Amino acid sequence: MTQENQGKTSQEMIRLVDIHKEFEGETVLQRINLSIAKNEFVTLLGPSGCGKTTTLRIIGGFEHPTSGDVMFDGQRINDIPAYQRKVNTVFQRYALFPHLNVYENIAFGLHIAKKDGKEIKAKVKAALNLVDMPGFEKRPIRSLSGGQQQRVAIARAVVNEPKVLLLDEPLAALDLKMRKEMQLELKNMQKQLGITFVFVTHDQEEALTMSDTVVVMKGGVIQQIGSPINIYNEPQNVFVADFIGESIILEGRFLEDCLVEFAGRTFPCVDKGFAPGEPVDVVIRPEDVDISADPESAMLQATVTSVVFKGVHYEMLAETAAGQEWMIHSTTMAPPGQTIGMSLKPDNIHLMKKEVQGT
Amino acid sequence: MRRNWSLYPYILWMVLFTIVPILLVLYYSLLADGGGFSLTLSHYARVFEPLYLAVIWRSILLALVSTVICLLLGYPVAMILAASPAKQQFSLIVLFVVPMWMNFLARTYAWMSLLETNGIINTVLGFFGIEPLSMLYTSGAVVLGMVYNYLPFMVFPIFTVLRKLDPSLLEAAEDLGANPLKTFMKVIFPLSLPGVLSGITMVFMPAVTTFVISQLLGGGQFTLIGNLIQQQYLRTYDWGFGSSLSIILMVIILLSMGLISRSNAYEEGGIL
Ligand SMILES: Nc1ncnc2c1ncn2[C@@H]1O[C@H](COP(=O)(O)OP(=O)(O)OP(=O)(O)O)[C@@H](O)[C@H]1O
Ligand SMILES: [Mg+2]
Repeated sequence: MTQENQGKTSQEMIRLVDIHKEFEGETVLQRINLSIAKNEFVTLLGPSGCGKTTTLRIIGGFEHPTSGDVMFDGQRINDIPAYQRKVNTVFQRYALFPHLNVYENIAFGLHIAKKDGKEIKAKVKAALNLVDMPGFEKRPIRSLSGGQQQRVAIARAVVNEPKVLLLDEPLAALDLKMRKEMQLELKNMQKQLGITFVFVTHDQEEALTMSDTVVVMKGGVIQQIGSPINIYNEPQNVFVADFIGESIILEGRFLEDCLVEFAGRTFPCVDKGFAPGEPVDVVIRPEDVDISADPESAMLQATVTSVVFKGVHYEMLAETAAGQEWMIHSTTMAPPGQTIGMSLKPDNIHLMKKEVQGT
Repeated sequence: MRRNWSLYPYILWMVLFTIVPILLVLYYSLLADGGGFSLTLSHYARVFEPLYLAVIWRSILLALVSTVICLLLGYPVAMILAASPAKQQFSLIVLFVVPMWMNFLARTYAWMSLLETNGIINTVLGFFGIEPLSMLYTSGAVVLGMVYNYLPFMVFPIFTVLRKLDPSLLEAAEDLGANPLKTFMKVIFPLSLPGVLSGITMVFMPAVTTFVISQLLGGGQFTLIGNLIQQQYLRTYDWGFGSSLSIILMVIILLSMGLISRSNAYEEGGIL
């Protein structure tokens, strides 16, 4: 597990240095080192309970690290209370004020900042347009649907134009179409206003489409930091490979540079540098398996056991002679029971060091 | 409408022990003196004589002052209770409730022996060469007695509301730049209003009707409307005047409760 930090090239906005967090003796964050650049869109991605919200709350000032430093714009802010941090949050459970209506909720931060009345009105209106809820000013919070509340929560945070916006699964309650729209809106807003986004999601597709940088976490530990393409194509371990997109994970043995054995035969690959004979995990993306109706000329043969239509592609399960099950994504369909040929290009075979302590 | 049979015993209870007595009091307040069944408003006319108006006014004033003091003292107490960790919370509440288990009269007598001219406080002051203060039989003593006895009725409703307050709302306020004072004014206090209002009602009502506290701690000097009513029933046997005073008192309470519930624009319904 490498905790690579990405380049310190552009101006740094936030830096987490060796953050450790315990709740009543229970460690929930370990050795968190993360650098976030100005105007960067960073996504924390990981399964439920891996510490995403806790990390966000430490940046927002609602939780204090057991050890480690939080740096903001070059200054240590561990002891700065949340209300003095130039950060706004879209909370996972909205936390809208029930005694205020939509307008008053969104205007809350502007009122505190003693902005001028006309300016407040205009900004609230713009924010409501942004989240596609014009004319909702007078509505009481409890009359809104979950998705509408979530959008008000987004508006209430962005209207303050903070330097950093923390978003804790801000789109979780929206339907697919609204979600896609809001993803675009948020992305546009981040670019236009030059806000740094720290975004939490456990939806890997959302993470890949929106982010400049994805931080994959598991059990309070950062697994990998990288661009979406980097994370997807070069997962650093089996967990990341499995969590980001679908993967076929097979046991293999490294023979020599660019040669690996698995599924009962040898394959040319592009990985180097393992010890000859070293056991490795072989990771293959289901869409990288080339299938053909001519099994003889292919590298492997398998029998299709199930087919599910997924919209753009078919998802098929195929069983090899050795009894391994492969998942295949393909635009061509082979019916269940048919024997197919499967081939792999060398650069689509990813070799990973076997985890010492089981993942 | 579906009939709910289980409500009937309750309705019967209400009719027997609430509605009938009120109607009886109303009847007596209108019944002319000297036997017979003729009705009159003369008892009510007496209530508006300056002498009695002064008593009513004093009762309202003392009850208001006590209610305000209870609120000022009780709110912070409720906040401390609500903010303390669950384990401590219980023992703090017990500490607060135990004095209430002592008989109301005993508690008030205890205050008398504290406040008397040669009572405990003045004895202690005497050691420091301070002249004895006359504390008993003042309006201050009456207010003190009311605050002491009714403070828990202010604390508990506020505490109950504060304890249920979603802490993430406070974080949201802080996130939007509100310091602790602003958070209190813009979020905590408005959201605790239902508790504050029921606290006010629960203190004001017994305070405006009390006759024991004013009798013991106020001596003869501080006749409140409660004392007046007690006198009519138990000493002068003027049930007609006593009943009309009771009805007026009820109207005062109903009016103030109506005022309070109307100012409660934000309703609790399903939010807290
Ligand atoms: N106040 C707290 N007290 C004790 N444990 C806590 C507290 N807050 C969080 N935890 C624990 O810390 C771990 C990480 O929680 P966190 O909320 O950061 O997860 P998450 O990644 O945001 O999960 P999700 O995707 O479900 O929101 C969990 O095991 C959680 O139970
Ligand atoms: Mg979370």
